[in-house]
Amino acid sequence: MGFGSVLRTGAFLAAETGEVKFGVDGLLRYELFGQELWITNTHVSLLIVVLVMTIFALAANRAIRKADPNEVPGTFLNIIEYLVEAVDNLTRTNMGEKHGWKFSNYIGTLFGFLIVANLSGLFGLRAPTADYGVTLGLALITFVLIHYNGFKYEKAGHVTKLFKPVLLTPINIIGEIATPLSMSLRLFGNILSGTVMMGLLYGLLPKLLQFFIWPVFGGLHAYFDVFSGAIQSYVFCMLTMVFISQTFGEEEV
Amino acid sequence: MSNITNEGLILACSAIGAGIAMIAGVGPGIGQGIAAGQGAAAVGRNPGARGNIMSTMLLGQAVAETTGLYGFAVAIILLFANPLLGKL
Repeated sequence: MGFGSVLRTGAFLAAETGEVKFGVDGLLRYELFGQELWITNTHVSLLIVVLVMTIFALAANRAIRKADPNEVPGTFLNIIEYLVEAVDNLTRTNMGEKHGWKFSNYIGTLFGFLIVANLSGLFGLRAPTADYGVTLGLALITFVLIHYNGFKYEKAGHVTKLFKPVLLTPINIIGEIATPLSMSLRLFGNILSGTVMMGLLYGLLPKLLQFFIWPVFGGLHAYFDVFSGAIQSYVFCMLTMVFISQTFGEEEV
Repeated sequence: MSNITNEGLILACSAIGAGIAMIAGVGPGIGQGIAAGQGAAAVGRNPGARGNIMSTMLLGQAVAETTGLYGFAVAIILLFANPLLGKL
């Protein structure tokens, strides 16, 4: 093996790039009511995320059930208590003392799901929130909650406030419809932009170069997956709480 | 000049359009910068309220980012789910 072939191998290694992959891949095709549908990698990631959360919930339930009030709580129990208290405080400070506690279950579940889903990009999965179907579903749940609580607390006033003032009626209606759209697009766009950036970098740079500049990749993962994912989870939950608590009326909060 | 296909023309123009759509990122950049600057000034004036200022600032920045993300959505649609190719 002469110097030339070593050089050529080196050049080959340096030039070998990965595949540019960041889209939704179909894995399994099936038909339902004459429609062609696909099981995609989003479904796989979603299933893994839900499994992780279910296992955590079961472990937490077991730990709380076995907890002895006369003893000092262990590490795991302490973490669970801290999380529950943090979610309770968050809902209470943002939605008021009177109604806030009713929503801590939903907000806690939503926050946990979004955090695990956004961080799943770190573990080689395609983040489920980088699929518009997932984020639109979450935003529609918020939309239904807003209007359910609107009719519950404001009664007929929830409809009549759309016509105040009369001239702004179309803008009010568009504003109501735009709420779930902008919420879902915000989460989707942020997570997808991170996924696209990382996919392009992994796909276009030579493998050898990727190995030598791993701090760059680490930093980008820390920004796109951890920082951006955590911020967007927080913002989604925050906006859900703000929109729902607007329907309670001023004097009730 | 005669060997540019219709498809190629649409693809090329879509790529240019995607690039132009990302100019929408300028606005949120300026807005988030202003919000961060005001946040820093507020922390300097009242360091005790750091937590509240941080969460308000991040919420405002995330909402300001929406318009940039609309541009991003347009660029992504043009690049990966081009609706114009179906019109040929």
